[in-house]
Amino acid sequence: MTTTYEPGPTAATDSDDVLVVDGLRKSFGSVQAIKQASIRLPRGKVTALIGDNGAGKSTLIRCLSGVHRPDSGTISLDGTAIDFHSPDQARRAGIETVHQNLALVDDLTVWQNLFLGRELTRGLGPVQFLDRKGMRDKAKEMVSALAINVPSVTSRVRRLSGGQRQAVSIARAAGWGSKIVIMDEPTAALGVQETARVEELIRGLRERGLTILLISHNFDQVMRLADGVWVMRAGSSIAHRQVDQTSGEELVGLVTGALAA
Amino acid sequence: MTALTAARPSWRDRLVDLPLPEIAAPVALVLLVVAFGALDGTFLSRGNIEAVLQASAILVVLAVGQAFVIATGGIDLSVASTMTLGAVVLGQVYATDAGIGWAILAGIAAATAVGLVNGLVVAKGGITDFIVTLGTLSAASGLALIIANGKPQPVLDGFLLRLSADGVGPFTWSVIVAAVVAVVAHVVLFRTRLGVHILAVGGSTEAARSTGVHNVRVKVAVYLISGALAGIAAVLLVARVGAAEPASNTSFLLNSVAAVVLGGVSLFGGRATIAGPVVGALLLASLVNGLTLLGVSQFYQPLAVGIVVVLAAFLTRFQR
Ligand SMILES: Nc1ncnc2c1ncn2[C@@H]1O[C@H](COP(=O)(O)OP(=O)(O)OP(=O)(O)O)[C@@H](O)[C@H]1O
Ligand SMILES: [Mg+2]
Repeated sequence: MTTTYEPGPTAATDSDDVLVVDGLRKSFGSVQAIKQASIRLPRGKVTALIGDNGAGKSTLIRCLSGVHRPDSGTISLDGTAIDFHSPDQARRAGIETVHQNLALVDDLTVWQNLFLGRELTRGLGPVQFLDRKGMRDKAKEMVSALAINVPSVTSRVRRLSGGQRQAVSIARAAGWGSKIVIMDEPTAALGVQETARVEELIRGLRERGLTILLISHNFDQVMRLADGVWVMRAGSSIAHRQVDQTSGEELVGLVTGALAA
Repeated sequence: MTALTAARPSWRDRLVDLPLPEIAAPVALVLLVVAFGALDGTFLSRGNIEAVLQASAILVVLAVGQAFVIATGGIDLSVASTMTLGAVVLGQVYATDAGIGWAILAGIAAATAVGLVNGLVVAKGGITDFIVTLGTLSAASGLALIIANGKPQPVLDGFLLRLSADGVGPFTWSVIVAAVVAVVAHVVLFRTRLGVHILAVGGSTEAARSTGVHNVRVKVAVYLISGALAGIAAVLLVARVGAAEPASNTSFLLNSVAAVVLGGVSLFGGRATIAGPVVGALLLASLVNGLTLLGVSQFYQPLAVGIVVVLAAFLTRFQR
């Protein structure tokens, strides 16, 4: 685990998996958050990751998005082994994450949040000024390309509803020519209508060819949206199912341990 | 789903976006000027306005530096001692006949070095800013005493004299320096990546981190800026006093924080302006000047400043 990601050959693995995680482990002190996780994300599909509270889902995706470094195991992206030291590197490799806490700065505007960490600048050499107009215009494009219902890209995020905030965070993840968008419980805090909108947004991303990893506790939603499902239990990935060959009851059984993998 | 249509926020949105704390200082300043002007005819005389501006120049520079640190949710308790150290270094280098240019450079460099230490220890060491800068507060004033051997060093230099005596119209060069510092700071905060990252780190360290903002660099940068500005303030101080004194200057520390709070900058970070703290500094200088004109005993001045600051802090409760 010493190589960093370089845009290498895009020759696919056997099946067309964009991302392959193999034997990943991660501990925090004495807490073994992930004991053994191996998952694959097929290209252009929505893959769900389910499991009880504390199963290690968020920790796993934080390893994929460069927030944590795994203790051992491999992650490969388009057949190239990767080892991210920072979220920045993951983003540059094309892995975008919509975190459970959304990672939005309330006191900044929508467009500032969309461009956070990769602001456009203009200027001479080391003297660079923000290209505010350029960013606002591009932000409007990003937002309208996804038909997101946001009052204005110049409003502060603090004034947005839960669904609008979620939409801004998703637009940011989708708007950068990314390959993979990871979402950690994107509809957990939303009402019925806003949930429907976000689900529509996720379908739209799949239509645009993005690969999506979706963490959800809502098995109906998983059955509606996902193509495949990985199940985690107590820090290990224990099962994989195709959505058209499983049922909500079976998923519940796998998550709780009532059913053996 | 409705696509985005409204390009600009309506005037109502704008009004909501203008929070009470941020307009409180300008309103208070206007009220104060009108009141003192009515009570004492000389308050609005050209000579007195010059005096108020001159008196606020040093505080403006310090408060701008403080504003950068507070914007990230930190605080720099060492600004005044850092300024003292910068002044003393300036004085000592001047005493060696190295020339005023080198003396000024050395003073600013010494203050910037203190800022760098603050930044590195806070950001890399992960130690609370309050404790770190309390430590450098003591260390810098101790160093100043050691270097100066406890004695003031007269600095009677033509260049420095002109800084606080000459100028353009009613503005001395000191005032112009402070104004330039404020304008540059405004541009940095609102027109550069560093500025956005400062507000992002102050608003949500977690969000900044996961979007690839370098928290450590941003933190080091703000303390560095605060240190460098304390160095510039040191030059203005020596110019005004005509000597480099290893005095403690505590009131400058309190007033720099007070000006920032008066200016509506959130002590939790993430919300900041430069205009606010500048107005805050002008407000404090006018208050002290007006009270003096009215013949109020000097002993009451810290009390008045304290009351104003607590009132301003109270206003920030209405934020959000
Ligand atoms: N930074 C951390 N430090 C210490 N322990 C952690 C840390 N992050 C996660 N853990 C622990 O790792 C385990 C897995 O947590 P994780 O957040 O990955 O679960 P999850 O599956 O996302 O749960 P939920 O559905 O509640 O979001 C938990 O026991 C948690 O307490
Ligand atoms: Mg989680």
